[in-house]
Formats: sequence, structure tokens, C-alpha cells
Amino acid sequence: MSTPAPQAPATPRFDSIDDARDRLGETGYLASDAIATTTFLADRLGKPLLVEGPAGVGKTELAKAVAAATGARLIRLQCYEGVDESRALYEWNHAKQLLRITAERDSADGWDALRDNIFSDEFLLPRPLLAAIRSEEPVVLLVDELDKADVEIEGLLLEILGDFQVTVPELGTIHATHRPFVVLTSNATRELSEALRRRCLFLHIDYPSAELEQRIVTLRAPGLDDALVASVVRLVQRLRELRLRKAPSVAETVDWARTLIALGATQDGDLSAELVRDNLGVLLKHQDDIERAAVALDLPAT
Amino acid sequence: MSTALDSRLVGFARALRGHGVVVGTSEVVDAGAAAHVLGLEDRERLREGLAAALLRRAGQRQVFDDLYDVWFPAALGDRDGVLSEAPPATVQDRRTRAAELRDDLARALAAGDERALDELAARVVAELGALANAATTGSWSAQQALDSLAPQTAIAGALARMQDADEDAPGGSGDGSGGSGGAGSGVSGPASGASFASRFTRDELRSEVAAFRRRVETETRRRNAEARGADRISRYAVRAPAEQTPFLLAGPAELDELRGAIQPLSRKLATRLAARRRRASRGSIDIRRTLRRSLSTGGIPIRPALQHASPHRPDLVILCDLSSSVAGFSRFTILLVQALATQFRRVRILGFVNRVDDLTDDVIGAAPGSDLSHAFDDLSRMTRWHRNSDYGAVFADVVEHHLDAISHRSAVLILGDARSNHTDPQFDMLREIAGRARHVSWLNPEPARMWGSGDSVALRYSEIVDMHECRNVAQLREFVSRLLPV
Repeated sequence: MSTPAPQAPATPRFDSIDDARDRLGETGYLASDAIATTTFLADRLGKPLLVEGPAGVGKTELAKAVAAATGARLIRLQCYEGVDESRALYEWNHAKQLLRITAERDSADGWDALRDNIFSDEFLLPRPLLAAIRSEEPVVLLVDELDKADVEIEGLLLEILGDFQVTVPELGTIHATHRPFVVLTSNATRELSEALRRRCLFLHIDYPSAELEQRIVTLRAPGLDDALVASVVRLVQRLRELRLRKAPSVAETVDWARTLIALGATQDGDLSAELVRDNLGVLLKHQDDIERAAVALDLPAT
Repeated sequence: MSTALDSRLVGFARALRGHGVVVGTSEVVDAGAAAHVLGLEDRERLREGLAAALLRRAGQRQVFDDLYDVWFPAALGDRDGVLSEAPPATVQDRRTRAAELRDDLARALAAGDERALDELAARVVAELGALANAATTGSWSAQQALDSLAPQTAIAGALARMQDADEDAPGGSGDGSGGSGGAGSGVSGPASGASFASRFTRDELRSEVAAFRRRVETETRRRNAEARGADRISRYAVRAPAEQTPFLLAGPAELDELRGAIQPLSRKLATRLAARRRRASRGSIDIRRTLRRSLSTGGIPIRPALQHASPHRPDLVILCDLSSSVAGFSRFTILLVQALATQFRRVRILGFVNRVDDLTDDVIGAAPGSDLSHAFDDLSRMTRWHRNSDYGAVFADVVEHHLDAISHRSAVLILGDARSNHTDPQFDMLREIAGRARHVSWLNPEPARMWGSGDSVALRYSEIVDMHECRNVAQLREFVSRLLPV
């Protein structure tokens, strides 16, 4: 089997995996090896990146970090139930077209000239997808929570993700001048179609390793003693092993670290059982989770 | 690119397909391109790159990792830099060697030294895992190695070491930890006295040991793949993902793993259901929203907005075989239904072996996640004279005592393998139940090709009610999502 040469973009955004990781790190996004490798590959192979994972592990952040690291503009399409072509791709500016028709009613050119005129660029309202394709400068396109959108939107995305082009019936096919870096995120409430998955590189972001999480907390909530951060992370990692309804994610770890700063526990060498018991609500969002964790961690009763 | 790598990738893809991972040609092409860009220097990065190109969903990762270790092994033969001695000859030797290795393991665990653990896994396989007739077949057994090593016994040793280190620490290293360390040793209590985080040391060590077991298994697969060929090993030595594990073959550990999947699964089903309901809402026109919407089309109501119809919520009656042969499957399904109970108007759970007992209060009343085994294990009220399942007698029992539970609104779900131990199957009774209920479905954990073999009357019953093969979680999820009311 022979593989065709990868369609590399004219200028790759990242030189190497280490370069990708370092530059993402500079923007405040500490990437694991898996994330850095896949991001680098997505850029090199010119393929969209489909990111899945539990809530709060930094799926959306990744797109923002890539935009910041490469100095590209971030164009975001937030999906929701009922998002449609006119919200995602483009829309004709009806009001302006009507104005033009009224204004030109008495002109000599007649209807033919007018008809060609009102379906031109001037009356086209670009929505995120078209904006990303037509952009003169390099962009990062983030399609957030794609699983919330209806199945029809996926069909719309196929042309864009496969060939980086958009077909507007009245104008013809528009090709991308710069190949955008595309990130799609999903929480898997709906199974995405195979056709869409096939066009993407797949990245599952899981909870980070203890060592990485420690560095993330240190970066996001500076001012805590290292030993305390280590204890916080160990506690959170332990909680994730319990069977909870909602396991605490990185965002919650950082929140908790900030809570500790606010409580003035910055210089404490270690957590105390009372402190953990009183603030468990920052990490866990369900009452039965809190109760179960209290038993498992052997916390004193209130 | 080298053709050797290409053919390796193709073989790898074929092995993945053999384990139910859909890998198309375009994915293999992507993987080739990824390998080309990444190069072969860094094994872990190549792993991530290939995973990104070949996989399409998260549940496939376990299989992928196992197969990757077989097809892209870390080394050939003995590892460089790992000094392993010849396997011990006598039983006595073996025991002392295992003790030595266990000691090393405790040391590595206490230090949290990843590299040492990796080398140790290689040594354990090389020294304790070689099968007796290795000279002829050249094979290794992870089971044998782990049995002799008994890594879980190293936890106590590692704990003791860590405590020693803690007590030495205040004198040896600086002032940072001096305060808390001093307080810890001042209180003469056990480990819990020292610091809060040290309470989970034992649990952490336990998961470390579990990880060490996996390392040993991976190493064994690697060495066996070398001796027997990657093709063969990837067919037999790789565990199927939890979703595909057949209920009837699942051991206690796997059932436990499956139970952990219930909450996420039920939440996912509920979310999908909510989305489907909104999409399927058909009702009378919502005037206010229609008028509002018509503003964008110049006041002409082109797209009417509909009021949401309240969903039809059926009663659910579950009739489940709790005899030992299918108990694992029935329990799992009941737990799933318990988690989804709010989606139904009323849920009745009838357990049986050869007599029917109403378990509704025990199951639905219990807090989610609590242990329900007492309700399932008490078979005394579900048996009469003997402990074998008897479907005919059970259906007769239902018709006689519990027919009031079944109405035209109820969906009846029967869980069982339809193996009736050659008793009278009483088709009429099942027909009567089917006639009363809105719908009857039967979930059979046996593969469809086994239906009707031996004492199974599945084929005859399936003429009366809808019978579905439901061997694993994937099939169960598929069925439940169709069962749920829209």
C-alpha cells in the first residue's frame, strides 16, 4: 500500500511536537504528550481535530490555546439544538436586498442587472463557517459542542472539513485561502456520524496525570505551597477513583486551590480533615457524592 | 516510506478489526501519513499519533493499547540494561527469588520510581514467567509470574519503607517539611497521624500494584508475540473492551467494572432521550412563538412553532430470572432500569427462579448506588422444592398472582435464558401475559445460535413474544434506548 504525501499546509504552524508543547505552554495551556502529538499531527496532516472527553478537562481551551500560540484569529461556532445553515454558514441580508430593489425600481438597467446584483458578496452575511473559509488571515475554527446540534449540521460540515470549501448556490464554490486549524468538541450526548468521524483525527482528553495536574494547578492558582498542591492533587485523583456521579475535573481542582488561597491556607504545609470536609462542595456537586466521599476519606462528621 | 512499516500497519489494522474496531482504508492511509510525519524514534508519541488516526471513539483505547504493544513492541528478546538472571531451577530457588523480587518491588513502589518498576516487570516475566517447557515452545505466562510474585503482598513493605523515610526526613532534609514531620512523629499514632494526604497512600499503592500487574501482562504479551507471531497473540491474548464482554462469561471483576458503567450509561441515555423528545415534539401550534418567529419573514408565519406534547410514559414490568446461570445479566439490567426509573410511570420488578417474588420496594426504594445484593441473593422466596429455573411455572404464577400489575399501559420485559430444565413450558400462560400487556420483550443473554439447543425453549417462546439477543452492554444499550418512551 502506498500512502500519498500528506497535504501539508504551506507553512506548518508547529515545527515539532516539542515546539507545539512549548508554545501551547507559553499561552498557559499545559499539554500532555498525547495532546501535543495530536495537535502537531492535525496541523501537519491538515485534518480537523475531533476532541472528546469529560466536562472541564480543557477541550475548548485547547482551541483557544492553539489560536493564541499561532497568533491566529479564533472563530467560534457554538452549537445548540436547532442551529441551522443560516446561523452556521451564511445568510442573505434580506432587508438590504429589499432596500436595493426599492431604490433601483426606476433605474434603466431593469430587472436583469438587479437580479445579478442582489446575490453578490455585498448582501452575503458570513456566519462562522464561511468566515473561517474566506478569512484572509490564518484562523482557528472552533466548532463547540457539536453533539448538541442536529444531524443536518454534520452534513453541512462534511464539505468544509473534507475539502475546506463552501458551496453557495448563487456564488459558486469558495475555496479556503488559508487552511484553517479546525477543532470540533463533543460531549458524546449523541453519536456523531461515521462520515464525520472519518474526516477527523480523534483525540480523547482524559483527566491529566498527577504530575501534570500539579503543574496546571501551580500555574493557574499561584501562591500555594508545593506540598499543599501535591496533597490537593492526590486527594482529587483519589476522588476520581471512587464511583461518583460527577467526578471532579481539572477546572474544579483549580477552583479548589483558589478557594484555599482565599481561605488563607497558602502557607499551610498540608490539608486538614476539617478543611477538606468544609470545602468538599467545591469539588463535588451532588450531595450523595459528598456523603460517599466523606465516608471513603474518613472525614469527621459535622 | 518502507514497505515493512506499511505491512505492519495493515496487519495492525486487521487485528483491530478482529476486535470490533472499525478501521477503514482511509484510516490506515492516515495512520501511514502520521507515522511518516512522526517517525519511529519515540514509541509513545507514535502510539498517540496512530491512536488519533485509527480510533474513532474513546472506548476503543484499551484494545488499541494492548494490540499496539503486540505489534509495535518496546524491544525484542531480553531488554537491554535489564540484568535478568536465568530462571530458577528448583521450587526452593523459585521461592527465594520471588521474595527478592518482591523486596525490590516494595522499594520501587515506595520510591515511586517508574523506570525501576518497568525494569522489574521485565525481570519478573523473564525469571518467574518462563513456562516449564520453555525450551520447546518458548512461552511465558503472566499468570504464573504473578502467582509466584504475589505483588499485593509488597504493599505492606512499601508502606513501612515510606514511613521510615518520613521519620528520617526531618533530620535529613531542610526545614520545609520539618514542622509537619516533627508533629507527625511526636504523635505516636499510626500513619494517619502524620498528614491528611497520607490517608490515601495505601489506596495509591494498591492502584500502583494493579498498574504493575498490567505491566507484567503487557511484557508477557510482547515476549509471547515474538515467539508465536503477533497475529496469533493479538487474536487470543487481548481482552475485549468492557462493552463487548459477554454477560454470561464475565467474572466478578468484570461485573464490577460493568456496574461502574451504569451511572454514565444511564445519564447518557437520559440526555439522548431528552434530545429525541424535543426533536419529536408534535402538538398543537404555539401561537405566541409562531408570531414571534414570523417577524423574520415579514410577518408571514412560514415556520410554525409547535407546543411540546407531554411524553407518553409507560409502566414497566420486569420479570427477571435470578437463578445463578443468568444472575449477573439480570442484576446488571435491573440496576440500569433502577437508574432510569424516573423515565417510566411506574416500575414493577418481579424476580423469579421457579416462583415469583416482588422485589419492587427493595430495588426502587433503595438509594442509587447502594448495594442491592441482599435483595437478589435471598432466593428462598423465589424457589419452591428445587433451585432450578422453571419458566412455565413462573408464567403460571404471574397469571395467577400478579396479573393486576400488567395492564394495557405496561411494557413487560422478561430477562432470562429460557432454559427451563425440561419442565412444561406452558406457552398459553405466556400468551395470556402477552395478550394483556401493551408490549412484551424478552432479552436473552445467550447468543442467538444457541437458542433452542438442549433444554432451551427460546425459539418456541420467541414465536409468542419479541426475543432479542442481549449478550453485552453494547447490545443492551441499543435495546434500552429503543425501549425508552419518546
